[in-house]
Amino acid sequence: MSDRPVWQGKPRPIALALKGLALFLICAVVIFPFLSVVSTSLATKQQIDANGGYVLWPTSISFDAYRQIFDGTGVGRSIVISLGVTVVGTAFSLFCTVLAAYGLSRRNMLFQRGLLSFVLITLLFAPGMIPVYLMVKQMQMLDTYWALIIPSAVSAFNIVIVRGFIQAIPHELFDSARMDGAGEWRIFWSLVLPLSRAVIAVVGLFIAVGYWNNYFGPLLYLNDQTKWPLQLVMRSFVLQNHVTSNSSAQPGLAAPPAQSVQMALVVIATLPILCAYPFLTKHMSKGMLTGAIKG
Amino acid sequence: MAVNQALPRVLRTFRGRPPDSPDSPEVPGKQPRPAARAKSFVMRMRQDSPLLLMTAPAVLVLLLFTYIPLLGSVVAFMDYVPFLGFTNSQWVGWNNFTALFQDNLFWGALANTFEITFLQLLLFFPVPIMLAVLFNSVAMPMVKKFVQSVIYLPHFLSWVIIVALFQQILGGGGVINRILATHGMSGFDIMSDPNTFQLLLTSQAVWKDAGWGTIIFLAAIAAIDPQLFESAAMDGAGAWRRFWHITLPGMRPIIILLLILRLGDALTVGFEQILLQRDAVGPNAAEVLDTYVYFNGVVDGNWGVATAAGLLKGVVSLLLVLAANKLAHRFGEEGIYRR
Repeated sequence: MSDRPVWQGKPRPIALALKGLALFLICAVVIFPFLSVVSTSLATKQQIDANGGYVLWPTSISFDAYRQIFDGTGVGRSIVISLGVTVVGTAFSLFCTVLAAYGLSRRNMLFQRGLLSFVLITLLFAPGMIPVYLMVKQMQMLDTYWALIIPSAVSAFNIVIVRGFIQAIPHELFDSARMDGAGEWRIFWSLVLPLSRAVIAVVGLFIAVGYWNNYFGPLLYLNDQTKWPLQLVMRSFVLQNHVTSNSSAQPGLAAPPAQSVQMALVVIATLPILCAYPFLTKHMSKGMLTGAIKG
Repeated sequence: MAVNQALPRVLRTFRGRPPDSPDSPEVPGKQPRPAARAKSFVMRMRQDSPLLLMTAPAVLVLLLFTYIPLLGSVVAFMDYVPFLGFTNSQWVGWNNFTALFQDNLFWGALANTFEITFLQLLLFFPVPIMLAVLFNSVAMPMVKKFVQSVIYLPHFLSWVIIVALFQQILGGGGVINRILATHGMSGFDIMSDPNTFQLLLTSQAVWKDAGWGTIIFLAAIAAIDPQLFESAAMDGAGAWRRFWHITLPGMRPIIILLLILRLGDALTVGFEQILLQRDAVGPNAAEVLDTYVYFNGVVDGNWGVATAAGLLKGVVSLLLVLAANKLAHRFGEEGIYRR
């Protein structure tokens, strides 16, 4: 059960109890809000009203809130938009990142030093919000989903992580492939990709979480509310207490969304993260450390 | 083994070009590099064209959305009118900066930014360190793993969700207030109180990222040689002295590195987080540099002044990193880069 080294000796029971209490409290502080949100989203209106706006343990479970969300409030569409941007964005971002990481891992490539510094310099200098916005505008990308995907697709940090991983592949493999007449694309496709699957999965998951959670990008670039992704719709439902404009045409829904509906929306927005979470935890400390130590 | 070592050498003579071996140790002695250098530019270009093509997409994106916008910061010296574009807008010299320095809102935003940074250095920064020490002392692997996977989770949630959760628990109509009310106690509304807004921001940041922040400190503790602890314990050092004289010094380089990075980010304080809650507490308490840039530029259309504020922020941030790094060197630490 315990991994305590012998030299540490046995801790006093009081110390153990205090430590246990601290850990319990820390976990409770994280878990409690989720519990309350999930319970409230599943409770009936009567129960919420009787309890004064929140429920910690629903006595009868109702999925009305979820049904209501998908009934023409535009939330269904915003979920599809969010999923689409996340999938396409992650694919595009990984495409750029992994290819560049392989190219830059080749020390004797023409211009390798110059290109590598070109990438690394972006770690130090970040352009301001306004110039990027003006650039996106100049390229006619306002009110398109590309504005959410392309400007943030390439991060030097991700390239450095993947590149470090590729560099750790034994070079004899590349040498023998080249001996057998494989070209660079072939080497990339049949050697680099399969061997760096682990790091690609981790970096890809982090990129995907970033796209899914992005709310300032759409706020900045999308004026058309019908194009809003889930995070922005959730903001107006839950934090600003009104439904998005396209649904206000329906008189029944113009009233502020009910507590349970708001909480159901929070649950829906959290769900994909929770699904990806086991994979994230499995690899993340490894990925973090590769980035931190190998630089 | 011999074959493995011989192979690159064979290749070198075979292709007349050093094999690509990123991590291979430099082979002392004769090297065919000069010959490879002498190879014509055209031939290398042809040989490396697939590789150059592979780096092209990333380089193009960085060029378009990092480098050109960096150059686009010249808008700070223009009276930029979107209708006229870059080429036809008027140059106005330092006017945007003088207008910026005469704007009380800007100074207010700057003061708020520094206050929040200071508060987070004081109340946020030590938390992951303490948590890491606590987790490290947990001897049961199951418990440790469970606690870790619970407290890493909030890091992956969006700020919209975090603020919604805080509202549900701490808001005027939230769980805690209802419980207080049913027990006949007066409630509070921390979510819309400008006076405590900065504390609220800090506690949200702690809830979201303090757990995640432990990863790097746990790694630092794990990298300490266990024999140090063992021999110290043999010599009669108690838990407290082992912590003070071994654990803490072992973590020092990482602590200093993160302090430097935080200092370089002194002017960046949770933009998305603040933007979400600015309406609830009003701009006096919630305006920071980034929100100032956003509202002045994108919302009100003062492109020149807003860009000037952004540019100023970028330059000062860079100077802060360099200064903090220099300071770290003076104290004999390694910092971000070596001297």
